[in-house]
Amino acid sequence: MRARVLIRPKAGILDPQGQAVERALPALGFEGVANVHVGRLIELDVEDASEVPQMCERLLANPLIEDYEVVELKEEAA
Amino acid sequence: MKFGVVRFPGSCDEVDALMACRRFAEAELLWHGDTDLQGIDAVVVPGGFSYGDYLRVGAIARFSPLMESVIEFAHEGGPVLGICNGFQVLCEAGLLPGALLPNDSLRFVCRQVDVIVENTDTPFTRACAAGDRLSIPVKHTTGRYYAPEGTLPDEQVVLRYAPGHNPNGSMDDVAGVCNEGGNVMGLMPHPEHAVDLLTGSADGGRLFESLAMVPA
Repeated sequence: MRARVLIRPKAGILDPQGQAVERALPALGFEGVANVHVGRLIELDVEDASEVPQMCERLLANPLIEDYEVVELKEEAA
Repeated sequence: MKFGVVRFPGSCDEVDALMACRRFAEAELLWHGDTDLQGIDAVVVPGGFSYGDYLRVGAIARFSPLMESVIEFAHEGGPVLGICNGFQVLCEAGLLPGALLPNDSLRFVCRQVDVIVENTDTPFTRACAAGDRLSIPVKHTTGRYYAPEGTLPDEQVVLRYAPGHNPNGSMDDVAGVCNEGGNVMGLMPHPEHAVDLLTGSADGGRLFESLAMVPA
């Protein structure tokens, strides 16, 4: 099973990376952009997908400052 | 009294920390892959980029064999001081409340800052007086301290950046915190780089001096 873990800064915590990207887009002519946040993407092949949330709690994310979301993908990496 | 200074792959301030400790007591390096703390009386987790800081600062170093022993030592009441990356490692290990986030400026900051001693009732600050102003350098990219509301009681704030000196956007100007028991402390400034007037300030020595006052 291939799993994809999406990690985002928790809502309410200052995200200066997101702010920097949000300010950069209008400079390129893209208007109407708001609420930009920058996080991380981790993909992994696992035998037991039910273990991925524990992996997130213990290592992949820091639950104090980050939210995570596990998405199960159909295909393993080639 | 003997200090143990941890060396991870990617540490870069462990020798300065060792030299700072040796001004006040004996000190030796502890290798990350070992589990034996060699009978030391206090642990210093130094600055640098432990295990490359891959994934998240301090996230992987926290699981090194030696850190398991350091965590046990801390739970038994042994004094543990984390500096910069060491602070990040201790937060990841759950020995200290909160976490360190990227500086609000997104820039690396490297400058001398003043910090105010808020709590002198710790093994790390007993040589200081409340309100003492210490001049100590910072050098980091990920030093913005954050703790969720209600997780950092005021008495656990040991050091605060002086007004106008907060280099990274840390909440409430927090520069250094301790655990509930008071035997684990972390700070972003580098006291080991401020132990000789030759380099501008000897104020950082006060922390090592305080620790050396712990009965062996």
